[in-house]
Amino acid sequence: MAKEIYSRYPMVKYLRKEALPTALCPGCGGGTVLNAFANAVDQLRIDPKDLVVVSGIGCSAWIASPYFLADTLHTTHGRAIAFATGVKVGLPDKKVVVISGDGDLASIGGNHLIHAARRNIDITVILVNNMIYGMTGGQVAPTTPFGAKTTTSPYRNIEHPLQISETVAAAGASYVARWTTAHVYQLIESIKKALQVKGFSLVEVVSQCPVQFGRRNRMKEPAEMLRWFLKNSVPISKAKKMSPEELEGKFVIGEFVNRERPEFVSELNKLIDEVQEHFGLKGEDDGV
Amino acid sequence: MPIRTVMKANEAAAWAAKLAKPKVIAAFPITPSTLVPEKISEFVADGELDAEFIKVESEHSAISACVGASAAGVRTFTATASQGLALMHEILFIAAGMRLPIVIAVGNRALSAPINIWNDWQDTISERDTGWLQFYAENNQEALDLILIAFKVAEDERVLLPAMVGFDAFILTHTVEPVEIPDQEVVDEFLGEYEPKHAYLDPARPITQGALGFPAHYMEARYTVWEANENAKKVIDEVFAEFEKKFGRKYQKVEEYRTEDAEVIFVTMGSLAGTVKEYVDHLREQGLKVGVAKLTVYRPFPTEEVRELAKKAKVLALLEKNVTFSVGGALFQDFSRALVNLDERPKIVDFILGLGGRDVTFKDLDEALAIAQRALNGEEFDEVNWIGLRKEIL
Ligand SMILES: Cc1ncc(C[n+]2csc(CCOP(=O)(O)OP(=O)(O)O)c2C)c(N)n1
Ligand code: SF4
Ligand SMILES: [Mg+2]
Repeated sequence: MAKEIYSRYPMVKYLRKEALPTALCPGCGGGTVLNAFANAVDQLRIDPKDLVVVSGIGCSAWIASPYFLADTLHTTHGRAIAFATGVKVGLPDKKVVVISGDGDLASIGGNHLIHAARRNIDITVILVNNMIYGMTGGQVAPTTPFGAKTTTSPYRNIEHPLQISETVAAAGASYVARWTTAHVYQLIESIKKALQVKGFSLVEVVSQCPVQFGRRNRMKEPAEMLRWFLKNSVPISKAKKMSPEELEGKFVIGEFVNRERPEFVSELNKLIDEVQEHFGLKGEDDGV
Repeated sequence: MPIRTVMKANEAAAWAAKLAKPKVIAAFPITPSTLVPEKISEFVADGELDAEFIKVESEHSAISACVGASAAGVRTFTATASQGLALMHEILFIAAGMRLPIVIAVGNRALSAPINIWNDWQDTISERDTGWLQFYAENNQEALDLILIAFKVAEDERVLLPAMVGFDAFILTHTVEPVEIPDQEVVDEFLGEYEPKHAYLDPARPITQGALGFPAHYMEARYTVWEANENAKKVIDEVFAEFEKKFGRKYQKVEEYRTEDAEVIFVTMGSLAGTVKEYVDHLREQGLKVGVAKLTVYRPFPTEEVRELAKKAKVLALLEKNVTFSVGGALFQDFSRALVNLDERPKIVDFILGLGGRDVTFKDLDEALAIAQRALNGEEFDEVNWIGLRKEIL
């Protein structure tokens, strides 16, 4: 029965069938992200052999590992981008993708995110922002909306969330976009662009965790959360004309930046070339 | 009146923290400890605990915030496990070196890789050289009691060291057991106010903490941590005695069970002690002379008590949920060192078992016993034995 369902899903060729069904809760946004990523890979005709997918720890870190059928490196909480940096420098011809959660990439690992963007290393980060630490049972995160209830803010959250896309754009990334799981086609297009851009690219996906977030905030049905996203999404062009007060609690969606900037691995190789040239070290097998 | 109720060890730890009235708690969620900060955040939000609860963004920040608060002169508490404790590693040395009596509750869990959320002791054992005191609980009541005891010992002027209290992931953290919650007034009497003379924030009397120690002073600073660990041995006995007087529950650094006339004594820690006590009952019924000793205190290492224990047995069989590679378990190293210069000493056989949450069954213990008996009979035996390995998948 289960097998039959999989055979009807065209993207199943990108998944490790023996690991299915996924451990994600029914209605979790993680499935949508996996689907969008697989579609982007498919539409770009990327051979999964050319991919290395790195993840940290959390429900969202499970999206690629073990389910996506490519080389995957499942690391520690917060450090996926640091591991990925090593992978990219070591294997510059591979497409290195990080798929992980808001807690993983923007809380405990926030410094790596900012510095990878600053360095503009050619890595694609798909950050699944469900605004909570889902895996550990729904504690408040630096991405939790003001006023939301969580297990560690049982009455309401009194802190304001980090604006991830805006921060990463300011830090120097080549490409930054934010969508929600209710914007699947735009999401696929942005993942495709991110995979093609040379430089650091971030696709932030505002995603639903009905179990840990929705349940405590009067949206226990996944669809209610998607409706919440749609109702409160504001395109960047419109957001530019709104005041911070008007934007409170809104999800600003669209492309924040798409620009060319010098990329880290190329710059590194350029430097090595220069130095080798300078010292007359350029031999026959000087490829890095 | 103390309240008798049922709760998980995580809740017991949160209750202990509430009773100890820390002024600052900084914590970050991690399986299997998460319920501790969750419960504390409820106590704080409901006004039942007058403390600052800081929801930091990592364990490194959690322990750093505790160091800051403790250096400013207040009682502090946090909880973590596994990768979280490992991430705190750098700051653990600083807390001990700055002589800050912070208490951490640890839900003992295995370390990556591979990723594993279940029980063993590798997390706390790996921190044994940081200078922190280490207590291990056998059950949920002990988890609560030992946290109160840890505060009292840590804050004693002869000690002034941070302390961690370990209790096994899931086996205790998530299991409901009967627990007696002591009276707040009695706890207040037992713990008193924390009034540090060495670490405080007072602009009228400015001090510098954690500054550079040149080669001319660094060793002495380290030596004071050594000395404080030595002092803690006596202080722990005193505090155990006072605890018994006030609360009626007896603790010993090394607790013995049916060791009278025992030829083989199993030595272990944490909840495994409960399993092994039952196993020993079962063997005693068959007429075998076996007993158990449980280490409630692992740092400072109870050398004197271990030497006394060694006099009673022909074989010490160490059952441990940790590895120090190419050596054996950490207890094997500690026991060997404690006994090496004695003229007469028992054989020591080391058993590594139950890693990453693998259940320890009577069958596993039978396997260990058989090897211990070879040692007893003067036959050849392996010093370090991995018990319950699935050889078919190796
Ligand atoms: C050093 C360390 N600290 C804490 C944890 C516990 N932990 C596991 S997942 C997680 C949060 C995950 O949140 P997020 O990255 O947003 O992923 P989600 O589950 O929400 O998808 C935490 C705190 C850990 N594994 N390692
Ligand atoms: S807990 Fe939330 S984020 Fe994790 S799998 Fe379930 S719905 Fe998804
Ligand atoms: Mg999350």
